Amino acid sequence: MEYLDLIFQETYKILFLLVPVLVSVAMIVWLDRRVWAFVQKRQGPNVVGPFGLLQSLADALKYIFKEIIIPASSNKIIFILAPIITMTLALIAWAVIPFGFDQVLADINVGILYIFAVSSLGVYGIIMGGWASNSKYPFLGSIRSAAQMVSYEVSIGIIIINVLLCVGSLNLSDIVLAQKDMWFVIPLFPMFVIFFISALAETNRPPFDLPEAEAELVAGYQTEYSGMMYAMFWLGEYANILLMCALGSILFLGGWLSPIELYPFNLIPGALWLIFKILFLFILFALVKAIVPRYRYDQLMRLGWKIFLPLSLTYVVLTASYLFYFNLLPTN
Amino acid sequence: MIAHAIFFYVFSIIAVVSAVMVTVSKNTVHSVFFLILDFISISCLFIMIGAEFLGMIMLIVYVGAVAVLFLFVVMMLNVAQQKNQWFISIENSNHIPIGLLISVIIFFELIIVIGGWKYKPDLFDQGNLSIVNDVSNTHSLGMVLYTDYIHIFQISGMILLIAMIGAIVLTFRQREGVKKQSYLKQISRERAEGVEVVEVASNRGVKIDD
Repeated sequence: MEYLDLIFQETYKILFLLVPVLVSVAMIVWLDRRVWAFVQKRQGPNVVGPFGLLQSLADALKYIFKEIIIPASSNKIIFILAPIITMTLALIAWAVIPFGFDQVLADINVGILYIFAVSSLGVYGIIMGGWASNSKYPFLGSIRSAAQMVSYEVSIGIIIINVLLCVGSLNLSDIVLAQKDMWFVIPLFPMFVIFFISALAETNRPPFDLPEAEAELVAGYQTEYSGMMYAMFWLGEYANILLMCALGSILFLGGWLSPIELYPFNLIPGALWLIFKILFLFILFALVKAIVPRYRYDQLMRLGWKIFLPLSLTYVVLTASYLFYFNLLPTN
Repeated sequence: MIAHAIFFYVFSIIAVVSAVMVTVSKNTVHSVFFLILDFISISCLFIMIGAEFLGMIMLIVYVGAVAVLFLFVVMMLNVAQQKNQWFISIENSNHIPIGLLISVIIFFELIIVIGGWKYKPDLFDQGNLSIVNDVSNTHSLGMVLYTDYIHIFQISGMILLIAMIGAIVLTFRQREGVKKQSYLKQISRERAEGVEVVEVASNRGVKIDD
């Protein structure tokens, strides 16, 4: 009986987290298209609902009622599994994101490693989709994206080490609380920039959207997908983008902390601050999509391995020696 | 505790079944996917015994990086057709005796290790392991790894570095006629050296650059 009670409680909590995430993914798609359109002096989606806010819902309906086509020579089980894996992995990572002091679904010791592990698993959805389609374009796209995601994970991992050196704990709530006096974006500003660019590459966003480069690869690994399965890839991708924004705001922008601990600001609940920060980072993502041309593949690899990796490694040495020399290393 | 036991058996059954499927499945790519499933369930078992750091590192290193490279190699080489069903066509395959030999050796090694640990707990000295119980296992791992065993840790890092350099040296060869791009040259190109306006006499054509 207690087990059932516990299961119901946990299910309620999970739904309370997942439903807002899914709704905000739908809204964020609209925001992305809208920002993109405004940069290019267009209107963007503005017909369905007020300001076109319900556009994503209309799109979702369209996807649900479309026929799912499974190619005859594809590997059917893996073909169906791929979008499911992408979306599941994008959603389970939200379990450890803290929305306020003690407002977190699972407050685990190794929260940051968990997010890192889940996002490194995300590459399988893409590889499986590309391989199971049994077609040239998806396969090329998935090979590209796997190489890209593996390369940029290395620099993201080393950037996370920088932050962890200043915190002394792998728990995400501890990481936020360590920024009470100063957000890490100030001492680690170069790392924040590199993290932002690596996050663009990790989530296959323009200018690093080579896996789905529509001019050369049609749509990369998604070419053979249709209907709801395509929508699941889409949802997973945007949930991943939101997750990367959340990770960036927790690691560098102080998570749920307000910018200044003064009267009008600390009335706003912490979860709202986190949402503001996520939105700020997401609008940056959308702006980058609109204003930067696509990288060539060799340029992408050069940027990852020859520039970001040495830079972030050097910064680890700098941070560690600074903390050691001034005796600031966290002890707990 | 019942829930704990149920989860343990679920994960271990998945681990054993997928380990068998790695060798049995016909398609090589499927084998790699089963290997990944095996890694994931093993890391779940790690997390269940409280070694959450090891479990996560297992996910990041093996599943996130090593298995991706496996998949790459298997997909690119297209070995899916070459793998025959070994338990049907035994006479064609000469890998089976070697495989059996290796698995028997591993089996006896495991028996020796587990038996020694079970029946002679004082066989190896745990006295110099300073394990503190009230810190997270990331901390205690770091405290052991970077103090008492720092030399072994560094040496294993050096071995990995040597292996990496060795792999690069073995596969590196200077090829003739490879076109390379210089970023500095590409960025510093001016319009004057790229575009040229030529007067073309009618019916004559023009010859540029050869």
